[in-house]
Amino acid sequence: MNQPAILETHEAFGETTLIADPARILDLCRYLKHEEKFIRLSGVTAVDWHPAEPRFEVVYHLHSLERNLRLRVKCRLSGTNFEIDSVYPVWRSADWCEREVFDMFGIQFRDHPNLQRILMPVDWEGHPLRKDYPVHGHKYSYPQE
Amino acid sequence: MKRTLDDDPVATLAAPVAEPANPAAPRLMTLNMGPQHPSTHGVLRIMLELDGETIRKAVPDIGFLHTGIEKECEQKTWQQVVTLTDRVDYLANLSNNLVYALAVEKLLQLEIPPRAQWMRVMLTELARINSHLVWLGTHALDIGAMSMFFYCFREREDILRLFEMFSGQRMMTSYIRVGGLALEPPRGWQKMVGKFIGAFPSKVDQYEDLLDSNPIWKRRTQGVGFISLEDMLDLGVTGPMLRGAGLKWDVRKSEPYSSYEKFNFEIPTRPENDVYARYQVRLAEMRESAKIVVQALEGMPEGAWHADAPHVVLPDREKMKTQMEALIYHFKIVTEGFRVPAGEVYQAVESPRGEIAYYIVSDGTSKPYRVHMRTPSFGNLQALGVLLKDTLIADSIAALGSMDFVLGDTDR
Repeated sequence: MNQPAILETHEAFGETTLIADPARILDLCRYLKHEEKFIRLSGVTAVDWHPAEPRFEVVYHLHSLERNLRLRVKCRLSGTNFEIDSVYPVWRSADWCEREVFDMFGIQFRDHPNLQRILMPVDWEGHPLRKDYPVHGHKYSYPQE
Repeated sequence: MKRTLDDDPVATLAAPVAEPANPAAPRLMTLNMGPQHPSTHGVLRIMLELDGETIRKAVPDIGFLHTGIEKECEQKTWQQVVTLTDRVDYLANLSNNLVYALAVEKLLQLEIPPRAQWMRVMLTELARINSHLVWLGTHALDIGAMSMFFYCFREREDILRLFEMFSGQRMMTSYIRVGGLALEPPRGWQKMVGKFIGAFPSKVDQYEDLLDSNPIWKRRTQGVGFISLEDMLDLGVTGPMLRGAGLKWDVRKSEPYSSYEKFNFEIPTRPENDVYARYQVRLAEMRESAKIVVQALEGMPEGAWHADAPHVVLPDREKMKTQMEALIYHFKIVTEGFRVPAGEVYQAVESPRGEIAYYIVSDGTSKPYRVHMRTPSFGNLQALGVLLKDTLIADSIAALGSMDFVLGDTDR
């Protein structure tokens, strides 16, 4: 627990980015919401850096109305088992955003209340926004073959 | 792909339809609304759990209009992506063009001349009026005030003609490009825009007269569709929904972009937090937008309509025929596109529906590495379950319409 939750900080184009420890994302988000007044979670998304390691970056965009400030928090996920805690207990808007990231990238959010596909059909195979997912020539493109 | 009810998590929502243990307990009915229901303004499906006429639970099911735009963006060159952003929110395409262009220009560190910035403001405000007109017409139609639709679409037609005059397209304008505008503004645009915007405020008065003197309209909208401000902020709702609950927040004021700080306008708010308040906020926003357009028209700066960046902006036709460099730049931009330095940006603007933000990652090549679109309809629609809980099913149409979502914007 003594390990700090924030690993690095970047500043570019007037935007602040925190690189956070994925194991402590929930604590960090609670702190940012309640102590630092980031009451809005503008969105959650991910970036696939395949084939580089760590492969995924989960990106949270926070917004404080009171301080008129935006903040980006990123968590890097490596290995083969892409899992991170859901921030749904902190902001309910994470619900659909995390479902979308799960649907598009296959990242599992622990303790999410309803981690189902949201944009793709429920029985879809694969995660379309991964870099190793083809743009053309998926098996559903040619149903007769 | 075929979807069966058995795999559908939403359809089994109220699975225990068996006789309740206590015969006096209410028996819930599950009703499927959409995806072809006309009042959902697109392909939205909602599973409603009804206790008589009262909605006990509403679960929106989205994704029917998913077209993989974010994936597609990764295959196009930076400038080509502009045409895809049009198709995200097809009622406010210029706002989408603008947010994308601003984000990429931030990465490129391009300086946009004042004339192009003002022109962008003017056009996005016309797009806001256009979007609010479509909303007002269809929303009133849903509630039963049919004639509003004709009046609103009459004015909308004028705006679409203006867009056609500027860009050659009525809806998919792609007029705001990285580095400025797509084309030089056409000759005589001041006269055409001035003619429209001079007459427009009186048209808004007409709409207001027509609806506010109608007791049915008031009974159907006042006190309907309440959702607390805390819930909305927690669920990611933005835009006129928040302003209808009294929160004075508009990205144009709080984080001005494209010289919005030089324009004089108000953020209309209402404290009532119901369908009627959202209607009043949007009407007031149309008036404010008209004020901005007039200011842009009167104070339009002279100068270039695109940035002085030959490696990004296509050269003039004339220069291409006379200058070697212009021809080389033209060839390079058309064949491989321009490169954008590696980095990541997040750019938010106020679209007619709320906060629209693009998160763009570049790896230094001529195609975006990742484009994430945080769209207002996605955030707003998430609150639908809370908004519709314990309301009457007849009111659900009014409440749903007051959110003003676009399904293309939700599903991307």
